[in-house]
Amino acid sequence: MTNTLHRYGSSSSFRDDFILFCIPSPGRNDQGAVERQKAFLRICARHRPVNMGNGNRGSYKPERHLDPRSHWNRDHSPDWEGVIAEVKKPGTVAAVFDAKAKAEACLKEVISADLGLSVNLSTSVSGAREVAQCCGIPRHSVEYSLGFTDPHDHLPNSQVLHLATMCGHGMVSFNMARKMLDMVREGRRTPEQAVATLARFCPCGVYNPARARRLLEESRRQSG
Amino acid sequence: MLIDVNKCVACANCVPVCPMGAIYIDPAIQRATINQDECVECGTCFRGMSQEHLNPTVVRTVRKVARMFRFRFEPEPDVCPTSAFVMNELQMPRLVRQVFSDPVVEHKSTGIKGRGTEEVKTNDVNPRVGVGEVGYTIEFGRPGVGVRFRDIQEMSIELAKLNIRFEEKNPITHLMTDKSVGTIREDILDEKILSAIVEIKTTLAEVEAVLSTVEEVNRRIDTVTVVGISTRCDDEGEETHLAGLLEELGYGAERAKTNMGLGRLTNLEAA
Repeated sequence: MTNTLHRYGSSSSFRDDFILFCIPSPGRNDQGAVERQKAFLRICARHRPVNMGNGNRGSYKPERHLDPRSHWNRDHSPDWEGVIAEVKKPGTVAAVFDAKAKAEACLKEVISADLGLSVNLSTSVSGAREVAQCCGIPRHSVEYSLGFTDPHDHLPNSQVLHLATMCGHGMVSFNMARKMLDMVREGRRTPEQAVATLARFCPCGVYNPARARRLLEESRRQSG
Repeated sequence: MLIDVNKCVACANCVPVCPMGAIYIDPAIQRATINQDECVECGTCFRGMSQEHLNPTVVRTVRKVARMFRFRFEPEPDVCPTSAFVMNELQMPRLVRQVFSDPVVEHKSTGIKGRGTEEVKTNDVNPRVGVGEVGYTIEFGRPGVGVRFRDIQEMSIELAKLNIRFEEKNPITHLMTDKSVGTIREDILDEKILSAIVEIKTTLAEVEAVLSTVEEVNRRIDTVTVVGISTRCDDEGEETHLAGLLEELGYGAERAKTNMGLGRLTNLEAA
């Protein structure tokens, strides 16, 4: 699970969106996969990701016992170690990068580590091809997104869609994305605070806070 | 999902959180309330919000005083101050809502969380789509709209009339009563879920017919769809046949998920 294929946006809007994930296949290579998944995440953590996740939680995580004082001083920093430590069973683990160079460097190290797990890159079609070429490996399979079809006019405007579809399982609601856009425009939240709020709703840890911050800042500038 | 009315303080933080827009403040009881028919049991309100454990009476009093003076308290927007959400145990048929909507719940039919399918993510170790073949993931309901199984069935019945094969290791296929005609279990047809994926395979020759069928059926069913279409690259890592065909048909593919081919069989019995 990660569901990173159908993000709303043009190819150029994915210039800061590169998601590497590894996944074992039950009955094929899942024995001892947990340690290899942790190794994958440790490699990713060395290449300055902007988010990571293990299928149960991301590096931005909701708190079960939030201290009321945190309304004035909340910690919005990602927790890489927690994500790695809490890989408990075979499943998908993922890391999000905001630059192609980081994804390339990370993938090169993953190739050297020879983990034996399937590794996928989710980004623009051209971006993935370039990363594979840079790493000297032939792509095995490719799945294209044909974009959303909405004949009944259910979907909101593009700013909301850009933000909401970065959680591929739909856990970031349109209304929450809209609320964060408004709060940033009104100066009631900084873009950093707003993206941390949105990222906490994505349990796979594939929400891209860097891209979201850029989009929120662009939206604020357009309003000004 | 339930809300404990003794704990809820009607702060409304949870209202915009719900992906289905199923939570509202009921003016009659002054509490947050869930429209159970629209709720897909995704768990976003329960799991996605941080929880404080404040005394509800104290919070209500403070809110009342603040409201009297028209003060505006700016709380963190993703916090339930009194931990009012209760995740109740579900039975069939409602249980399918949670299994298809909550990404941290595993599909028992495939052993995979999320939408419950490996697609071509593991095509390098678990061959599903070969050279010259085309795999499709037809997803319904996402983002933010949801779908009922009856609408999914309308699509699967139309697709079954084409020369296609439903992927066996897929949760929707698992719920089919007759794969040759695409019918789904009667008892779940009215259940609403956040999203689901119908997965099929054809040759390149059927791509146009499949995609036009999906578009045509989507006009009849009240939801959104999104298609992922996949194939195997050649030995050099190139893929021109499907991309070229899609361009010819007027489909612009901006984004892709690319399997880098690093997987190998490592389980003793598989190796």
